[in-house]
Amino acid sequence: MAVTLTINGRRREFDASPEMPLLWLLRDLAQMPGTKFGCAAGLCGACSVLVDGVRVFGCQTPAGDAVGKAITTIEGLTEQPLGQALVKAWNEGDVVQCGYCQPGQIIAAAALLRDNAAPDDAAIDAGMSGNICRCGTYPRIRSAIKRAAELHAGAKA
Amino acid sequence: MSTIELPQATRRQILAGSGVVAGALAIPVALNPGRSRAAGAAALAGNAWLGVDAAGRVTLALPKTEMGQGILTTITMIAAEELAVKPEAVLVSIPDGDAARFAPIDQGTGGSTSVREVWKPLREAGAKLRAALVGAAAKQWGVPADSCDARDGAVVHLPDGKVLPYAALVAAAAAAPLPTEAPVRPASDYRVIGKRQLRLDGDAKARGTAEFGIDVYRPGMKYAALAVAPVFGGKLAGIDEAAARAVQGVTGVIKGDDVVYVLATNTWSARAGLTAARPQWTASAALSGTQHAAIIDPIIAALDKPGFEAAKSGDLAAARAGATQRFSALYTQPFLAHATMEPANCVAHVHDGQCEIWTGSQIPSDARKAAAARLNLPLDKVTLHNRLMGGGFGRRLETDMVERCVDLAKQVPFPVKLIWSREEDTSHDWYRPAYADKIDIALGADGKIAAWEHKIAGSSVYARVAPGAFKGVDDDAVEGAVTPLYAATARLVTFQQQESMVPTGWWRGVGPLRSAFVMESAIDEVAHQLGQDPIAFRLAHIEDPRARHVLQIVQAQSDWGSALPAGSGRGVSVIHLWDTYMAAVAEVSVDKDMQIAVKKVTVAVDCGQVINHSGVAAQIDSGVIFGTSAALWGEVTIANGRVEQSNFHDYRVLRMNEAPVIHTAIVENHEKPGGMGEPPNAVIFPALANAVFAATGKRVRHLPLQKGLQTA
Repeated sequence: MAVTLTINGRRREFDASPEMPLLWLLRDLAQMPGTKFGCAAGLCGACSVLVDGVRVFGCQTPAGDAVGKAITTIEGLTEQPLGQALVKAWNEGDVVQCGYCQPGQIIAAAALLRDNAAPDDAAIDAGMSGNICRCGTYPRIRSAIKRAAELHAGAKA
Repeated sequence: MSTIELPQATRRQILAGSGVVAGALAIPVALNPGRSRAAGAAALAGNAWLGVDAAGRVTLALPKTEMGQGILTTITMIAAEELAVKPEAVLVSIPDGDAARFAPIDQGTGGSTSVREVWKPLREAGAKLRAALVGAAAKQWGVPADSCDARDGAVVHLPDGKVLPYAALVAAAAAAPLPTEAPVRPASDYRVIGKRQLRLDGDAKARGTAEFGIDVYRPGMKYAALAVAPVFGGKLAGIDEAAARAVQGVTGVIKGDDVVYVLATNTWSARAGLTAARPQWTASAALSGTQHAAIIDPIIAALDKPGFEAAKSGDLAAARAGATQRFSALYTQPFLAHATMEPANCVAHVHDGQCEIWTGSQIPSDARKAAAARLNLPLDKVTLHNRLMGGGFGRRLETDMVERCVDLAKQVPFPVKLIWSREEDTSHDWYRPAYADKIDIALGADGKIAAWEHKIAGSSVYARVAPGAFKGVDDDAVEGAVTPLYAATARLVTFQQQESMVPTGWWRGVGPLRSAFVMESAIDEVAHQLGQDPIAFRLAHIEDPRARHVLQIVQAQSDWGSALPAGSGRGVSVIHLWDTYMAAVAEVSVDKDMQIAVKKVTVAVDCGQVINHSGVAAQIDSGVIFGTSAALWGEVTIANGRVEQSNFHDYRVLRMNEAPVIHTAIVENHEKPGGMGEPPNAVIFPALANAVFAATGKRVRHLPLQKGLQTA
């Protein structure tokens, strides 16, 4: 079986069942390890990717559901202005610790900022509570999202 | 300095061209070892792991392991300070497991020991290298060495400002014997240490390009999933191998004594194959009939045994005789899982009488040794390439993920990547021991503590890992309990080992955390029993000025004493553990359904000489949030001989919307550096319990707090 997907703007064909979750297709077949495995149950958000700009859990999304849609992983997001603003804010705020959940956090933050250019604390809570960080970087993530919103707004102005 | 060559130049230039990267330049050697050029051999060696290469670049093989705590950045800062370069300019590599190379430093990373262990030897080696480079320049110029100093990767002749970069000095410095002694930089000259240094691994981790153990790929590699007997001590009885092999992508099924592995072309197929295999297990009735109470009750009962003496001073009975106030209570703390974000995993390739391993380990040299033993291979035939870890917390101080993987790898000719499911990771952890403590405090007519008896019972991790040295007292379990901040006329601390079927291991804070919860809960109870303010009572009984200072800071900065709405309360705690002083005030609210929410936490720390200001603050956020998850909800329970929890839905951890606001105050001084990985995680447990009492009038002595509050 073959699945053709558009990942970060590039069409690629994979010898895989359309039932295979995007998480494993990305990690094992595409060998793009930025998307992380955490729970395989839609509970932690480490595997977050954007499908047509909407954040989905890669572990819960069959590859077939993404056919014909634009898949953006952390590798692709960080080449876009919004991703660059997020990485810059993450770096300025010295956010990461172990770093394992951070690609998923940044994908979730990107989806949040696309919907809400200047989220307040309640919006950040709502947008980010699907992502678990065991190192406790939440306070710095919160600040970094606000900073990224400023950077991104400044870049667009 | 301008001659520094950048590894991964092409990729980095692209990133730099995007205007996103500032600063971090030479670091990717450590972060993506598979894809970047290794640093050259040290042309000038300060020791087996710190040197300067022919291009004049400082090279550092990280002697400790990076699991998120920021030690890669911290240790690099110390090296950069001595060698007068920017931390970003140091070529850091994450070395293979190699006990001999790093001895007497142990690559094993735990117990908040990293800075404390490397502080002296690292600075001494760096100072010798600097002296060698300065000496070479002075000789070339024909000037006294003390008229020169190292600055920004070069030696400067101070009177006239002439400069020679390290690159021009390395060969001459290496030709002369390394100085046997050289003074380390005095604190008054620090340019790097104590400052806010952005993490050197931050950018790569944010971009998803940093390589964790789980991200390793090898040519021809297959992916594997495993299922381990769910009942501790159980065995594999049978599987439907044909059904497993019928799953698309499955290439093999391998059975073990208590485990089954499915190999496939991808992880999803391996997991599907495992489900299709429907493994059947057997276990004796004694094992499969074990319930939680049958494990916990004997631990509590063990407190009635005399126990082994860990600390004794004065005459307990005499001190009690004159007492006017007496307090005693029993506290229990549950088994805890680590729940690292990156589940247990390992890549291994066994071939031609040798084994190559890629994994993230807190103990790379011990894991290599364990693999060699498992494979019956000489140590020099086993290589362990260590990687960044997606969390450690003590879980990766165990070697089972490596041993399980080599058990499989030795049966196949190709490399295998074995990833544990979250469910396997949760249900086959090495759990923080469940403990029971009994504390009995007597106060004399003078208001001073006359007698302090503290009995501790539980599993001994120490007895498992160092069976020869264990003589009845687990030195980790009693840590903190034997060195309390509170003076007493007479004191007795005992430990009684009580094992069960549940495997136990190190878990961020372990024994000292246990001690902190009990002691700081008990002292709070005494203060309330006497009708005294909990901070004032502590200050009245603590002499150590550094402990008093951190308490006074949180008193001043937490709005301590100001009114709070009904159902809210503040609790305090103070510790001196891992050579660090820390105090915390937690503010909680408890709603009508008795649900606890943690609103705000104020922490003051005196960890001696701060290395990375941002790193210390990050560890406080980390410990407070990690500890709050466990204190509120953390509990692993046993039913029918197996762990009941499996994933984040039933092993709950804090999320963004539940995290408190954290205010941190860092004391600046030049005392010996203390540990920072564990203290914030230890200080928060009692502060929360004390805050819940202040909010509700209910004293929770049995963790986790949320569950304990229902019955308190």
